[in-house]
Amino acid sequence: MIALLAEVPYWGQSLLRVLGGLVAVLLPAGTIVYVFLFKMMSFMQSRLGPMEAGPYGSMQLFAEVGKWLQKEDIVPDRADARIFKMAPIIVLVSTFLLVVVVPFGPEAWFTDFETGVFYALAVSSVSVLGILIAGWSSANKYSLLGGLRAAGQLIAYELPMVLAVMGVVIQAGTMNLQKIVVAQNTGSMFGIDAIGHPYVISQFFGFIIFMIAIQAELTQAPFDMPIAESELVSGYMTEYSGFRFLIFFIGEFATAGVFAMIASVLFLGGWGVPFTWFGWTSIDDVANWMNFVGPLIMFTKMMLLVFIIMWIRFSYPRLREDQLQRFAWKGLIPVALINIMVTAILKVVF
Amino acid sequence: MAKVPGLVKGLGVTLGTLFKTTVNGSNTVQYPHEKETPPIRSRGVIALHQDNCTSCMLCSRSCPDWCIYIEAHKELAPPRREGGKPRQVNLLDRFDIDYALCMYCGICVEVCPFDALFWSPEYEYSEPNISDLLHDKTKLSEWMETVPEAPELEAGADKKKK
Amino acid sequence: MTMLGDRQQLSYIASQAADARLNLELETEGMTLNIGPQHPATHGTLRIIARLDGEQVVWAEPACGYMHRGYEKLTEVRTFPQVTTLVNRIDWLGSFANEVPFILAAEKLMGVEAPTRAQYIRTILFELSRIANVSLFLGDLGVQLGAITPVFLAFRDREYVLNLIESATGGRFHPNFDRIGGLKDDLPAGWIDETRAVMKKLRSFCDQIEDLLFGNEIFQSRTRGIGVIPRDVALQYGLSGANLRASGVDWDLRRDQTLPMVWNKADWKVWTHPDGDSFARCWVRLQETRESTKIVDQLLGAIPSGPVMAKVPKIIKVPEGEAWVSTENPLGEMGYYVVSRGDLGPFRVKIRSASFNNISITPWLLRGVYVPDIVTILASLYFILGDIDR
Repeated sequence: MIALLAEVPYWGQSLLRVLGGLVAVLLPAGTIVYVFLFKMMSFMQSRLGPMEAGPYGSMQLFAEVGKWLQKEDIVPDRADARIFKMAPIIVLVSTFLLVVVVPFGPEAWFTDFETGVFYALAVSSVSVLGILIAGWSSANKYSLLGGLRAAGQLIAYELPMVLAVMGVVIQAGTMNLQKIVVAQNTGSMFGIDAIGHPYVISQFFGFIIFMIAIQAELTQAPFDMPIAESELVSGYMTEYSGFRFLIFFIGEFATAGVFAMIASVLFLGGWGVPFTWFGWTSIDDVANWMNFVGPLIMFTKMMLLVFIIMWIRFSYPRLREDQLQRFAWKGLIPVALINIMVTAILKVVF
Repeated sequence: MAKVPGLVKGLGVTLGTLFKTTVNGSNTVQYPHEKETPPIRSRGVIALHQDNCTSCMLCSRSCPDWCIYIEAHKELAPPRREGGKPRQVNLLDRFDIDYALCMYCGICVEVCPFDALFWSPEYEYSEPNISDLLHDKTKLSEWMETVPEAPELEAGADKKKK
Repeated sequence: MTMLGDRQQLSYIASQAADARLNLELETEGMTLNIGPQHPATHGTLRIIARLDGEQVVWAEPACGYMHRGYEKLTEVRTFPQVTTLVNRIDWLGSFANEVPFILAAEKLMGVEAPTRAQYIRTILFELSRIANVSLFLGDLGVQLGAITPVFLAFRDREYVLNLIESATGGRFHPNFDRIGGLKDDLPAGWIDETRAVMKKLRSFCDQIEDLLFGNEIFQSRTRGIGVIPRDVALQYGLSGANLRASGVDWDLRRDQTLPMVWNKADWKVWTHPDGDSFARCWVRLQETRESTKIVDQLLGAIPSGPVMAKVPKIIKVPEGEAWVSTENPLGEMGYYVVSRGDLGPFRVKIRSASFNNISITPWLLRGVYVPDIVTILASLYFILGDIDR
């Protein structure tokens, strides 16, 4: 694979990477929107969802994209126009930056940072800026309330996310995402290596905390106070229409997909299956076809995690802002800290 | 038995609905590909039986929205039998119901003493132009074909069929 | 059924006080927020003007009237059957229940009582409209709080009730079935068995909502201790219906009044709750829906045979007089004061609608609550704009 790629000139490689990045972000977003938002939500609510556009409504997303694209570009009169226009792009850019560091196969990766985890957590916070300036620049009291709530919530839930990941880093001994995948697939639990060592089992509480933190970072129910449809109309997104709203919308689901990918890399073993199933012992042994199957496995694990995220989203009412904050500061963070302590102690002892 | 926390039970309800809808299909009737038949008494549209109407104006007066417009003139009809006097009958010039105003209350159908108005469950007569919602007597007579038989009454009812 | 913990109550009040203290210290300037008239939260065109300090409400006032249709003026120039049609549209979710007190008032003036069969069917349809109304409330409650699934379950199961009403009366939302002296028509064949089957479905719907929404810890933390209305305040403000019963007042007009309706022929209980918070109001309504299904089941088995219309003249002229009849409608106590001068139509009708009195408590209730709680409280008070504004 690397040999094949080496023959392509540098500009070709960059172009392939850009296209790959677009596909890696937009394809999951589209699939999540159709399967979970249109169909699963509808079936959970005992209805059918969109059925007219395409067979079983599969073209509905394209119809919606087309509809939003052809709408008038409205910027409120008293809004801060330049910042108003920048906000959705900032939110989407942070998703693209995040997917850059996710490995899809033994050699199918965009970049291989030694500090991949650190970079991922840092860059995922950029979207907070986008949401905050969207709320502030909209010249709308509802958006302002939504933006302020978002700022508080997203920053509060960054901490449990980081702390939950620390447990994984301690166990794997590295911040490189590719090495974390390998560690999970070559490891063993209590001497049994039939399923490798997925950190979802040994870091179970870390996994739960991470999933809750993702739910809050994505502003999904029960943490969707910033959007809070029944109170704030649409929160920080109220004044956005047409193309800009499309970016927010796609960004929300793309980020859900990418966070789920990161969670599957950290906890479920990423693109791999336990190496012992094929008799491999290290990453150099892995066969070439894994570069094509790896993304598919990653996709499946991502869909599984997004199913859980969406299932909870459609079933629970939302927490009030102060309850939300209390839950993060007084509930999740202490548990995450204890998790790290226990992991560190066990790692040293065993 | 330990109490299952409410959070988990709620997830169970949504998952259960998901499976039930996947296996059994949902309640959604995909109009216009599938159509539900409304019940017999459903108040869809009013049909006029012109021959029975004597333009007594009772329906027009009892409409809460005053949406029935009637104009009639008197004529002499031939006598019923040989050697009799010519009778005076009312012939309808105009009998319009404006469905843009109609409240579908049914008072007109109820008060008509000559059984000239009937309810029909037809509901697909929307028009792009609001003035086309004024149905004249020809159109109202056409609706007569869609009027169903009155349903059987429940046990214990007084068998005084209308 | 649990009592509200003192600790929970105190902690909520303490956090409100802490916020207020902080707002005072920082000398923040308040923000006036207009909630409505176009808003996903209000059940129609209600406008709440709230002055906020941070996320706390300092002062709130409802401004209604955006949907005023002039009912009482309309009734002055209409005949009795026409008024019956119009009053369907006051509380449009449980619309048969609006006709009943008006017709009962007219019958009182005429000195006519509907035959027993008509009374049974009237009561059954009344309870069916209560079920239709409150099941939508249960679904809508979820949406106000962020749970988007219950509302679809509610609409799905409400369709069955509306289909029943349509097969009997001809109209899903506006039956226009009550007449002075009885009912317009008798029930179609098979209606009783269909209704029994639908009541079973509704009971399972209530169980589903209880599992999905009421048992949910997040829902409970959002509604317990929020918007507490003490018993005496509820009585002072003239609340009625489930709002009153949730504050511990044992008051139900179906049981406490004698009207020519047959609620006393069924065995049912009145549900109250001592707490008076939003959770209590929602919970009482859930139990009342279940109780209504039981009432309907019992009455269905006991409908006597006979006519559904008393001997009344074809053109009805109600004799002179004044009559007041109020009933326990789904939203609360609804009453009509009918003044007749012996004409074809009433001279003056005064409509006492439940929601108008129910929302009069909002200025008192909304002081000091957080913005999300405004929505919770309004959802739990449950009003319908047509009922407020008439």
